[in-house]
Amino acid sequence: MTHLKILLIALIGIIAGTISAHAVIEIDITRGNVQPMPIALANFEGSEAAMTSSGSVRDIGANIAQVVTADLERSGLFAPIDQRAFINSGAASTAPQFANWRAIGAQALVTGSAVLEEDGRVRVEFRLWDVLAGSQMTGLRYFTAPNNWRRIAHLISDAIYKRLTGEDGYFDTRIVYISESGPYLDRIRRLAIMDQDGHNHKFLTDGSYMILSPRFSPSSQEITYLSYYNDTPRVYLFNIDTGRSEMLGEFDGMTFAPRFSPDGKKVIMSKAERGNSDIFAMELSTRRIQRLTTHSAIDTSPSFSPFGRQIVFNSDRGGSQQIYVMDSDGANLKRISFGEGRYATPVWSPRGDLIAFTKQLGGKFFIGVMRPDGTGERILTESYFEEGPTWSPNGRVLMYYKKYPYDNRGGGGETQLWSIDLTGYNERQIITPLDGSDPAWSPLLNSR
Amino acid sequence: MLKNKFYAKFLIMVGAALFLSACANTNDEAMTEAPVEAQPAPAPAPMEPVQTGPAPGSQEELDQIMGGMDGSTVYFAFDRYDVDASARNILQAQANWMKSNNKSIVVEGHCDERGTREYNIALGDRRANAVKNYLVAMGVSASRIRTVSYGKERPIGTNNDRNRRGYTRVN
Repeated sequence: MTHLKILLIALIGIIAGTISAHAVIEIDITRGNVQPMPIALANFEGSEAAMTSSGSVRDIGANIAQVVTADLERSGLFAPIDQRAFINSGAASTAPQFANWRAIGAQALVTGSAVLEEDGRVRVEFRLWDVLAGSQMTGLRYFTAPNNWRRIAHLISDAIYKRLTGEDGYFDTRIVYISESGPYLDRIRRLAIMDQDGHNHKFLTDGSYMILSPRFSPSSQEITYLSYYNDTPRVYLFNIDTGRSEMLGEFDGMTFAPRFSPDGKKVIMSKAERGNSDIFAMELSTRRIQRLTTHSAIDTSPSFSPFGRQIVFNSDRGGSQQIYVMDSDGANLKRISFGEGRYATPVWSPRGDLIAFTKQLGGKFFIGVMRPDGTGERILTESYFEEGPTWSPNGRVLMYYKKYPYDNRGGGGETQLWSIDLTGYNERQIITPLDGSDPAWSPLLNSR
Repeated sequence: MLKNKFYAKFLIMVGAALFLSACANTNDEAMTEAPVEAQPAPAPAPMEPVQTGPAPGSQEELDQIMGGMDGSTVYFAFDRYDVDASARNILQAQANWMKSNNKSIVVEGHCDERGTREYNIALGDRRANAVKNYLVAMGVSASRIRTVSYGKERPIGTNNDRNRRGYTRVN
């Protein structure tokens, strides 16, 4: 938390003249298969002579433009125009010649600059232009250490996304996941973390014991997960800044499937007693544990609603795996999934409007969403095996993992991270150094 | 087990021989490459004295009594955790063996890969505890039995029927 704040960014604020009266261009991200908006992203101007530890300011400016371009392109909502098609370079120092940008089909234009300050920080500015209306839509200025330019780029991506869609972005975020390696019958599974776009990748455990199902705290630099340390599966809390981990409570039985409450003060999880898994909530400050379900069936994969009033979870109490919702104290329990097949790993959207799930039917696996009352089921993707959706903080994108079938010669079994828009379009692989599973999306870093 | 060791040694020696001949072939064919430096062949490993049998209370003894590792494994039907008739025979033999020594054991619960991760961890725990409960009913003290579920994370092959299992090992 603190080191992020130090690295960051005194956001000075909106550059004068920002607010145009009425935006002409906008993207409605609630509609499926929107036509990606053509957008021109010019290199941020900077001096080649101004050297920093991360290269010249000119390089930093070009790198920022590249990262913003990649962010926006991956969202599926934008079609960045190849810089080689530009008629103008997109200098930030002069007002854009809108006719030249209209001529190459751009609807939006981003210009910017990077300047080395006397104190060693870099000042980065950008402006987003409505090419059709010929007006500025937004403009922001950031100060940061030169080696922090990537985060500035993601913040700019978020600002552009927000101005053009009306909703928060998800680019200044990180992913924690399980890095998998080794042959199918002897996999090493360890904790890893990276930026949302795969950069700044880091292993957090050495693989000498298995880690599964990591989840981000919404309010701190902490992760909770299932660890097989000492061959004893238990839920742990891990601090990203210090690298220290601790077991959450001493219990006779296994604890697993942890997830934070929206305020970060509790962890809900499954606890097994003599083979029977029920759902419990643990208050982190007191380590007091409260039982929420009492049933001889398997109750697992709990997830809070955004305000913490309800919990969705997975149970086979009806004879097969289905999705149930209850109040956060365990009252008013009801089943919400009634479609064909088995339902598992329900996760409440941060917007509250949907629950994402894994479905298993007819030898295939699916990722889908339904409303919290169980209506409106929609399947987004299917394959031989996929599971474990996690929401982008704005509730518009899901990330999950796929596994490929193995064969009798010992091949296959690879796992990969993938993401898809809520609209069901724009499915993309998230490239990881080794195989990956169990992704968990962080909140917007700057919002903590 | 002993037999396996001999096989392993035999295979290593055969493997070494094949490797050496493969090297020779490579050199013959790739004339342009620098010759590989001659290296002394490793001395054969000394023969170990043959034991009269596995130590009492050891994993080897349990495996031998049960007819191999497979014998220490009970299998479950898809999404089930009840101990069926064939499993009961195996567990009865395990219980008898437990009564002949004072060892403690770990019962591992496993699932096939056609299920979600967290549910399978719970299901593996059910299976391990079903095995434990049966052994306890046969008179084994519960304090000598630890259970651990690995869910679907430790398959033993590509046959899903054989991955749905409970395996007993000496602690």
